[in-house]
Amino acid sequence: MRLQETPDERRFRRELRDWLDATLPTLPPEPPFEDWAAKRDYDTGWQRRLYDAGYAGISWPTEYGGRGATPSEELIFLEETERAGAPYVGCNFVATLHAGPTIAAEGTPEQRARYLPPILRGEHVWCQGFSEPGSGSDLASLRTRAVRDDDHYVVTGQKIWTSHAQVADYCELLVRTDPDAPKHRGITWIVMPMDSPGIEVRPMRTLTGESEFSEMFLDEVRIPAGNVVGAENDGWRVAMVTFGFERGTAFVSELLGSMRLLADLVDIARKTPQGGATAWDDAAVRSELTTIAADLDAQWALTKRNVSRAARHGNAGVGGSVFKLAYHETRERMGEAALRLLGRARLAFDDPTGLSPRHLDHVEQTLYALSLSIAAGTAQIQRNIVGERLLGLPKER
Amino acid sequence: MDFEPSDDQLALQGELRRFLADRVTSEARRAVADLPGAVDRDLWRELAGLGTFALTVPEAAGGVGLGLADATLVFEELGRAAVPGPLIGTFLGAGLAAAGVDALAGAATGDVVVGLTPAGAPAWVEHADALDALVVVGDGGVTLTGPPTGGRPAARPLDPLTPVHVLDALPAGEPVGGPLAAHRLRTAAALLAGALQVGLAAEAVAMATAHARDRIQFGRPIGSFQAVKHLLADAQVGVEVARAAVQAAGVELDDGGDEGSPAAHRAVEGARIVASRAADRATRTCVQVHGGMGFTWDLDAHLLLKRAMVLDVGVGSVEASVAALAAAL
Repeated sequence: MRLQETPDERRFRRELRDWLDATLPTLPPEPPFEDWAAKRDYDTGWQRRLYDAGYAGISWPTEYGGRGATPSEELIFLEETERAGAPYVGCNFVATLHAGPTIAAEGTPEQRARYLPPILRGEHVWCQGFSEPGSGSDLASLRTRAVRDDDHYVVTGQKIWTSHAQVADYCELLVRTDPDAPKHRGITWIVMPMDSPGIEVRPMRTLTGESEFSEMFLDEVRIPAGNVVGAENDGWRVAMVTFGFERGTAFVSELLGSMRLLADLVDIARKTPQGGATAWDDAAVRSELTTIAADLDAQWALTKRNVSRAARHGNAGVGGSVFKLAYHETRERMGEAALRLLGRARLAFDDPTGLSPRHLDHVEQTLYALSLSIAAGTAQIQRNIVGERLLGLPKER
Repeated sequence: MDFEPSDDQLALQGELRRFLADRVTSEARRAVADLPGAVDRDLWRELAGLGTFALTVPEAAGGVGLGLADATLVFEELGRAAVPGPLIGTFLGAGLAAAGVDALAGAATGDVVVGLTPAGAPAWVEHADALDALVVVGDGGVTLTGPPTGGRPAARPLDPLTPVHVLDALPAGEPVGGPLAAHRLRTAAALLAGALQVGLAAEAVAMATAHARDRIQFGRPIGSFQAVKHLLADAQVGVEVARAAVQAAGVELDDGGDEGSPAAHRAVEGARIVASRAADRATRTCVQVHGGMGFTWDLDAHLLLKRAMVLDVGVGSVEASVAALAAAL
């Protein structure tokens, strides 16, 4: 068990830090709230800078234009970019972390040559068309139909929770090509150009007030048959391949961001008057915030364990589910502590009194935390995974 | 970075796990309650023979020469088997002996059973009738006394395998270290108590999981019901997180040098807190999943639960860790 960095890892960190120091001051101002075209420009502009500096596709194999970094280096990359306040992956999320790696693993040489370089250069934004109104946790029950018509598929159906659909160039789409086969065996993974006729995107507003997600209505959208990645009716396996790439790094930025939120809450407690002293002098407040800090530190140790496991065995196994369950519970407690501390300052998302020393938005973060036990596998599904795969308990049916 | 246990570490842990599974069965563990002070001196020497107490003593001083990270693996196994006795005291006693406290020279071989207790009155001394020496840790320093005498034994100790004597005051004893030594002992004790609790928690989940697979109600194993499965999953998540935290803290302490880095101290306090909560959750879950039988004396679930409670309040207590981590925030 070694936590110290190798000389190579130290050099990687130093070079990255130098580059971030030189680059971040040259970034344009952040886009305004809800301006998705500006957000696209900002995020893809960051991707282009990463590309020019050799940091694009950090975990992708070098043969597909990536950096081929080790999981440890990827952890360092995420740690340094978060600590420097660099932009998040944003609009590039699906392209660089899901669709791109899937095409790298399962695409033909032509598909790789066509789709991968523009992703790395920040030229194309991708979205994900997996979930449907009737297919959430039970994704394999999806019903969006694709009917073969000569050298095209004609696709009709409805998708939901499609991030950045309003500014995407391509969609990684799961469609039902064989309605008579068992549900996992009649699904196909296909690339849908977002400028195809018949696509209607309707943004959805989440309870935090922003509209990153959309509903997507598909009405006889014609997609070339050559856009299928993998074989027809083999799409479930193709979609699952990406989960095998999970290297325990999915929540690194989240976790480090939460450590900043916690430090900010401690500062707020120290300057919040309470009974002639401050909230921090209240043993109950101190104990709660301290316990949350201990949880976050422990989850950082678990992240290093998961990343090390991925480096040795290719993926982090169920470590990701373990992490998510621990993390969302801590964030819920952190939200409760934040609201208690804010008192009536919780009545607005913005912080007119300047209570937060780091200018962090604790109200928004408290509400956002509600999504952590829903998105990317609900807490209930994650508990099934831990119970069945880690503990070996029998399935319900 | 490679935060997976090495092959050597896995072998060390595996050897001890097999030994304990064979040697400390449920029946053997309960039988220890009838021995003076609830310490099996034969087992103590056998554990010493495996290098348990001299694990971090330098090889030049006759020890195994490993680090505290390795010790967290060993203590997880001791916790999993719920071995009765002053494990942390004897381990730290062997370290003190290597640093020149001759009276504790037999700790490394298991011949001298060393107790460990926080300073203060009244004193609640664990395993008093088995002790050859008692290390007392206060803020101002560390003192060493002989076997405590004159205390009143508790008729009904919380953990039947951890008998306690209550003394109005501890003997003055001989000073064997100042505030820095006290701080170091407290830090190591906190880490090892956390490691023991990880083991207790892991055993509690394993025991409850085995029951949930076997126990049939409504025509199927109760572990197939999500209401039960999710309790166990949450308990297991606690174990996994706490284990990573405790082991990382051990590595940080080993890396931090003699003084210990601020990061290492923060890691220990945090791991202590997290391990305590993991043990609490897992051992309670173990009782719950066993239903009515979980509430009986006959099942071992209560022994795990009670040992976890005992470990919260020794030298390196959870409360002290909360205070120390709060001061570091």
